[in-house]
Order: sequence, then C-alpha cells, then structure tokens
Amino acid sequence: MRARRTTGLLGVALALTLALAACGGGDDDGGGGGNVNQGASFPEGTTMARLKSAGKVTVGTKFDQPLFGLKNLQGKPEGFDVEIAKLIAGEMGIAADNITWVESVSANREPFIQQGKVDFVVATYTINDKRKQVVDFAGPYYEAGQDIMVAKGNPEAIKGPEDLAGKKVCSVTGSTPAENIRTNYPEADLTEFDVYSKCAEALKNGQVQAVTTDNVILLGLVSQDQESFELVNNPFTKEPYGIGLKKGDTQFRNFINDTLEKIEQDGRWQKAWDDTAGKVATEKPTPPTIDRY
Amino acid sequence: MDAVLDNLATFRQGFVTTLALTVVSSVLALALGTLLAAMRVSPVPTLRAAGATYVEVVRNTPLTVVFFFAVFVLPQLDIRLSFFVFAVIAVTVYHAAFFCEAVRSGINAVGVGQAEAARSIGLTFTQSLRLVVLPQAFRTVVPPLINVVIALTKNTSIAAAFGVVELTAVTTRLANANGDAVLAIFCGSALCYLVLTLPSGFLAGRLERRVAVAR
Repeated sequence: MRARRTTGLLGVALALTLALAACGGGDDDGGGGGNVNQGASFPEGTTMARLKSAGKVTVGTKFDQPLFGLKNLQGKPEGFDVEIAKLIAGEMGIAADNITWVESVSANREPFIQQGKVDFVVATYTINDKRKQVVDFAGPYYEAGQDIMVAKGNPEAIKGPEDLAGKKVCSVTGSTPAENIRTNYPEADLTEFDVYSKCAEALKNGQVQAVTTDNVILLGLVSQDQESFELVNNPFTKEPYGIGLKKGDTQFRNFINDTLEKIEQDGRWQKAWDDTAGKVATEKPTPPTIDRY
Repeated sequence: MDAVLDNLATFRQGFVTTLALTVVSSVLALALGTLLAAMRVSPVPTLRAAGATYVEVVRNTPLTVVFFFAVFVLPQLDIRLSFFVFAVIAVTVYHAAFFCEAVRSGINAVGVGQAEAARSIGLTFTQSLRLVVLPQAFRTVVPPLINVVIALTKNTSIAAAFGVVELTAVTTRLANANGDAVLAIFCGSALCYLVLTLPSGFLAGRLERRVAVAR
C-alpha cells in the first residue's frame, strides 16, 4: 500500500517536471524555427497523436540543396523546406530540437516513406501521378518551375528551352527536369551528373553551355557564384513541391494540409521564405492552392 | 517488374556503355599496367622509381578523386574530350596501378634462373622480359588479373556521376521516373552487372586450367 502511494507521488512529480520542462522548451524557441503549439491534441490512434506523445519526429530532407535543405557547418540542415518541416512539427507540439533529420536524396524518398524510416519528407519533392501511387502528398506548399542557368553575360544567347537545340545542357541524372529535356527537347545534348555542383563546375569550364533544373535550385547555385553564372529567368514548367507521407494516412495528410493553410494565412509561410530563399530570389512568391485530392 | 521490362531498351543502352567502358579501359589498363610492371623490374633506377611512384600515388587515391581530376582539371589545361573519353582515362589510370602489381607479382614468381639463362644466351633485357619472363608470368596471375577486371567493371559505375550515361546512371534515372518500382529497378541493374562479371569469373577458371604451369 505504502509503496504504491510513493510510486503515485513520484509519478505526479515526474509529470510536473516534464510539464515544466516542456514549457521551458516552448519559451526558448523564439526565433527562426516556428513556435511550438503546446495545446495541440489529436484523436487517439492518429499519426499526430503518436508523434506528439513520442515528443519527436523524423523528417527526410535534402542536405545539399542551397536555400531549401542544406546542411550547415554545425551539422544542422537549413532552408525553406527545413523551416516548413519545423512549422509542421511545431503544430504537433514538437520543438525544432526534437526533429531528427535524415538525408533524403531523390532516389530514396519513396523507400524511406514506405519503410517508415521517416515520418514525412520535405525535400523539393515534385508531386506527380507515378509517385502518388506509392506515397501520399500534402500540399503543394510551393510551386517552382524549370529554368536555365548560363554563364555570366549569356554568351550563347539562350532565352528558353527552344534555344538549347544543339547545345550541351547539364542536369542531374534521373531528375524531372532532365527527363523533361530528354522528352520534349530532344535536340538538346543532355549531359548528366549526380549533383548540380558538378554541372556548375562543367558550366564554368565551358564543357556545357547551360544547366537546367528548378529555378530555386539554380538560384542557390547563382547565389554561390554570381561572378560566373546568371539565370535566364524564364520558367517553362510548373513543379508543385509537396510533402510526402505514407500512403493511406489521410488524417495526417489532412492535418498537414490544414497546417499549411494556417501558416500561409498567418504570415509564418512568408517569414520562412524571407528568411531562406527570399534572401536571393527577386520575386516574392504566393503560396499555391492546397490540392486535397 | 513491369517497370524493368518496359525499359529494357534504356537498360540495354546503359549496359552497352558500361560494357564499352569496361572493355576499352581493361585493355588499356592492362597494357599500361604491364608497361609499369616492366619499369618496376627494370635495371634502370629512374624507371623503377617512376613506376613505384605512379603505383603508390594512384593506388592510394580514391577513384572519385581520380575522376574529378580527369573530368574537371584536364579541361582547365585546354584538353577537350567527351565525358566518355575522360571516364576511360580515369578508369584506365586508376586500374593500371592494380594491373601493374598483379603482373609484377607474376614476374617475381618466375624463377631467377629463367631470366639469367635468357640474358646469358644474349637476349637484351626487353627481349628476355617479352619472350621468356612475361609469358610465364601471365600464366601464374590469371586469377588476380580477373579480380582486377571484375573490380574495374563495377568501378565504372562512378562514371555515372561524371556525365556518362552508363548502367548506374540509367538505373538512377529509371528509379526516379518510376517511384513505384525502385527496388525492382535496382535488382534489374544488379542483374546486368552480374551478366558482365560472372562470365569473367568462369572465363578465368577455364583460362587458368588451360594455361597453368605444371611445377
């Protein structure tokens, strides 16, 4: 009897300590990240309830994408995707420090989601029908477009994809923009590397005349070397970036969609953009309409 | 599975490029490696030192770095070649060091008496190496040579990251385009590599039995 009462008291004490600690965490998280919604409560059995009670979440993002998901020298990723992920985690009552970041390159995003290695993926992830067959998408939270980067001064006078005919153009193996060039502009001579930084190097060397991919990625490359590169600034596709999650988890998808609408309305979306990609981008984007398919 | 069957033509294109890269690089690397081995056993100290330096520098550099030098540093010296040729250069330069050591171990395995006898009947160093020592040396090192060929075959996959559309590049491309069949595509790719490497192993076994030196 006595022993049980002691355990009960200990339990209360522990609960109080945890609650205080949680409050403390909330206060600390002032800037950058997105505030933590302590009062969030979710129906039993949902992904949100599970993550909230665990107090942590695993997010897949890119580690090599300037402005969207780039690992800094302290080993923490930063960028627009990272900020969006922090805001979503915050709405579930999870502080930014309790997010485990997992590098998700283009080829392993679907397997990571299917195998449950990550809870969701925010990684410049274009929504398309083939991908929808194996994962579900919330969003889009941003709409990029394929554009072209050329050497400073545009010596080849490339104004759009039609001008790429007979020119060497570089992109990343298997990426959506590379496939687009292959299918729709077959006269262009496509060279593929594994990362865009090598494309940039090849452009600097004159081994290729253009680099093509989503405009925001090119912006990141231009921002790193404005002496050598410039953007044609004539996007010719629409690439809606979505948040990938396990197929069939409709409640989680609805929650993320609601969260995205909320942060778009209360200005946190805009702040996340201004703090990251907005530093280089010339135009202010408007958030695209959420697609609740 | 459908994703693999639907894209057989694309797989074949990557397969042929990998095969070409493997064959051309193997032949060139074996030639360069043999030359290096000859340098390392020659009576001229400068040649011996040059051969040893080459082997130690190249063998201890990651292949990705060798590729980086070939693809991005050579163009700065105004050497303009296709990415395929750059890949051949990188793979050849790197594996020549390994071929050299395999061949040299074969040369060392040939009895000193053979070389002495060759020199005493008036053959020059080059003649004795070419006509007496190397033919015997190659026979003893068939397994390690095939080992290097198999490693070379698989190492050509690094070319995917340097602008060559070979098997690995094709695999990455297809995996990205078919998010619903990533594992099937990687299995298909692995199968293609096995089609290249397994016969090398069988061939090595047969060749070894045929040319083995009875001692």
